[in-house]
Amino acid sequence: MKEKKVILDIRDFSVSFEQYEKGFSKTGLPVIRNLDVTVHEGEMVAVVGSSGSGKSLLAHGILGILPYNATMGGELMFDGEPLTRKRQKALRGNEIVLVPQSVAFLDPLMKIGPQIRKGKKDRASREKLNRIFRGYHLKEEVQNLYPFELSGGMNRRVLVSTALMGNPKLVIADEPTPGLHMDMVRRVMSHFRELADQGAGVLLITHDLEQALEVADRVVVFYAGTTVEDAAASDFGSEETLRHPYSRALWRALPQNGFQFIQGVQPYVKDLPSGCPFGPRCEFCTESCKAAVPYRQVRGGRVRCVMAGREKGAEEMLQSAKEPSARLAAAGKHHTGAAERRCAPEPLVAGHEADHDKKMRSAV
Amino acid sequence: MKEHLIFVGKHAVRMLLLLFCVSAVAFTLVSISPIDPLQANVGQAALGSMSQEQIAKLQAYWGVGEPPVERFFAWAGDFFRGDMGVSLLYRQPVAKVIGVKLHNSLWLMAIAWTLSGLAGFLLGVLAGLREGSILDKIIKGYSLLIASTPAFWLALVLLMIFAVWLKVLPIGLSVPIGVEAAGVTILDRIRHAILPAVTLSITGIANITLHTREKMIEIMESDYVLFARARGESTWNIVKNHALRNVLLPAVTLQFASISEIFGGSVLIEQVFSYPGLGQAAVTAGLGSDVPLLLGITVISAAFVFGGNLIANLLYGVIDPRIRRGGARA
Amino acid sequence: MRRWNGRMTAVVLFAAAVIFLAAVTAAGFGFSEEALVTDFSRKNLEPGGAYLFGTDWLGRDMFVRTLTGLSMSIRIGLLSAGVSSVLAMLLGTMAAVMGKTVDSVITWVIDLIMGIPHILLLILISYACGKGFKGVVIGVALTHWTSLARLIRGEVLQLKEALYIRMAQKLGMSRWKIVWKHMLPHLFPQFLVGLILTFPHAILHEASITFLGFGLPPEQPAIGIILSESMQYLAMGRWWLALFPGLLLVLTVILFDVAGESLQKLLDPGSAHK
Repeated sequence: MKEKKVILDIRDFSVSFEQYEKGFSKTGLPVIRNLDVTVHEGEMVAVVGSSGSGKSLLAHGILGILPYNATMGGELMFDGEPLTRKRQKALRGNEIVLVPQSVAFLDPLMKIGPQIRKGKKDRASREKLNRIFRGYHLKEEVQNLYPFELSGGMNRRVLVSTALMGNPKLVIADEPTPGLHMDMVRRVMSHFRELADQGAGVLLITHDLEQALEVADRVVVFYAGTTVEDAAASDFGSEETLRHPYSRALWRALPQNGFQFIQGVQPYVKDLPSGCPFGPRCEFCTESCKAAVPYRQVRGGRVRCVMAGREKGAEEMLQSAKEPSARLAAAGKHHTGAAERRCAPEPLVAGHEADHDKKMRSAV
Repeated sequence: MKEHLIFVGKHAVRMLLLLFCVSAVAFTLVSISPIDPLQANVGQAALGSMSQEQIAKLQAYWGVGEPPVERFFAWAGDFFRGDMGVSLLYRQPVAKVIGVKLHNSLWLMAIAWTLSGLAGFLLGVLAGLREGSILDKIIKGYSLLIASTPAFWLALVLLMIFAVWLKVLPIGLSVPIGVEAAGVTILDRIRHAILPAVTLSITGIANITLHTREKMIEIMESDYVLFARARGESTWNIVKNHALRNVLLPAVTLQFASISEIFGGSVLIEQVFSYPGLGQAAVTAGLGSDVPLLLGITVISAAFVFGGNLIANLLYGVIDPRIRRGGARA
Repeated sequence: MRRWNGRMTAVVLFAAAVIFLAAVTAAGFGFSEEALVTDFSRKNLEPGGAYLFGTDWLGRDMFVRTLTGLSMSIRIGLLSAGVSSVLAMLLGTMAAVMGKTVDSVITWVIDLIMGIPHILLLILISYACGKGFKGVVIGVALTHWTSLARLIRGEVLQLKEALYIRMAQKLGMSRWKIVWKHMLPHLFPQFLVGLILTFPHAILHEASITFLGFGLPPEQPAIGIILSESMQYLAMGRWWLALFPGLLLVLTVILFDVAGESLQKLLDPGSAHK
């Protein structure tokens, strides 16, 4: 495979919010940390994580539209240069575009046409929009409709159209298919695939692994505000080729692989364990997982797990994977004593997995 | 088209029903009053010197012996036909008294309504756009201060400053004292209306500003403004294309709903400036137990308030495409 | 670590407002006799050391009169706002829980009350009660419950959809038991804030209606009376008769507002991020 140009390179990205603790002290609430993603030209990368884990903040961070009480950290590179605030301002809507979840992100009182043209009335932008609409088989009359008048099928095409008004090098699609029928999902996804095939980098943010696997080239697995694995989509063909226990758990939860879910929920930001966030739910958790875990290259992908790639650990993982019934027993046998006890009883408070961005935003 | 007519009809019928209820409530309230209009108006001494026949005649005129429900329908029937009764204090038909007073007040209220609406909208948009800034804090602080200030005291303070201390404006009344009606110039009228109008505007601004500000903040935090920012639209563009468009709808409702407040404010302010308008007439009628006039003013002002609401609803239907175009579908 | 922040400000403001208002109310009690004392040897004095707010044409101490009047206003405000909020709570919940007919009747009544300018309705109610103290309290109580009732209604409607309420329904709990056990605790903070935020309006309207001559009788040193009397002396340049009592009234109203808003901030979990 020949090297393609890197469009987006995010390293050690973090987002935190200022918040009150009990009583009076203000603290930073780190909703995202240690997030690493790269997107190449013509490549479609899916960031997959459960709903409400703060994925949208990644999109908002790249675009520079986080709420004012959010602080961003880490290294953002776009097209080979640091993505500063100034560049974000200049590039968003043009070279970096966002495709939102639903028509709720459109002004309900502005007609579709003028809205997509951002109020511009000149000939060039009119013609450009007409061209885009023809490409998506949207009639010109649609431009005279208000968002509430769009049918479900038109919705998505209109939203994708907004992206093409610029000259996108990077398209960020934030949960573009919530609650859609599978046929529709495929159609929408094909639009994004097209954009990638035309040379843009596409960053797909979704909670649906199945969907992501269908179109994406690479999948970045997002857990409790951290990226735990960066794998080729093909790695999800079998459990063995995956590197992180959480990715494997996701794989096992796929319908074709038996719908097996692991116990517990993602921890609330405040209750995060030290070290690996997945530790308390992981059957292979050891004492070394409690320290900071580096993001390492393993078999052509990247992973944030001390066990991955190490001969012994890998073997154990494989073995237990083959005998699902023996899994718990294995966990108990190999990691007895202090480590096990310290890892397991971490409080897993259910119902804490509130939708972070929503909460943060509503608080602003 | 048919849907629109039904829409208008529905609201108009509702308004008439409400108006009927208002008059019933007002009538009930004055009926249960322990204050005897006969004594209050004719006077104890006069009553004593009257013959039994005369008193009976008066009682019949006041409807003392009749059951209240019948009296109400008699009154409401006359009212509907345009006969609002005779004012006891002014010794003139109520309709005529209200006509004259309303003419004086309408001036005042129209100016205050327009000024406070425009200024309130502008300040609210500015404050909401820059939430948390110094400008926002000043505007918000000013609005809260004014909202906490009784209108009549503000009138007193302005009167002290401009009429007593600086002596640039007259102390009260709508025309100079002791000048023949024919000698009153427009300029005189304007000079006498300045202070009341300004006071009424100042009090009106606060509420509209605060509400517009809230709406503006809500809009600036909405998903569609977030998306507009993500698309690289400038703040000015966002204001022009999205914020104004969306804040205008609630502002229209608010502006028409503020008619009630302007009416209430005018009662207090006219009292301070001895401005012979509808508000002052209401106070005089209440204090002097002029029941027909009090009822007349209540129904007329309620008609204005409901009329305002009706217009707001209709305008909403015209401005909001979700009602204008969606109404037919839903 | 413990930087000064919005929440601390809210607590301090709330405490300060409550202390000030309590002090004024108490002071009014203590001065109630003194407020009526006339002394012609000290007529029409300008504000100064001995008489902070000056004296009036009967030589009454305006500072004492103002405090007594404010105290009276606050007590009337408390009484009528209290009645008003309970009314709002009751009618708001009824509208949301008791079905369509009750809902539309209550909504209708709200529209009706909103339709008559407040001051006019107050005049009517005061007239119906034969003027005086009773008229003011009933009038203010009857005109101020509407917006809080709407708020409570909306809140209860939302709560009705909550999972645990639906579960309780499925389990056969009676409607009013659900309201009592599961909804009221949720509504209480709203109610409390609503109650406190009704005070300022209640006080303003009490003062206004008294000013117009419908409220308390003229021998009472109420703020409305004081300001109404001061009007006659304005042209003579006795500015202090109107200025200080009014300023203190404004301050009182603002403090109630501040207290209500601070409490709202403290009770609202959403403000945790501010």
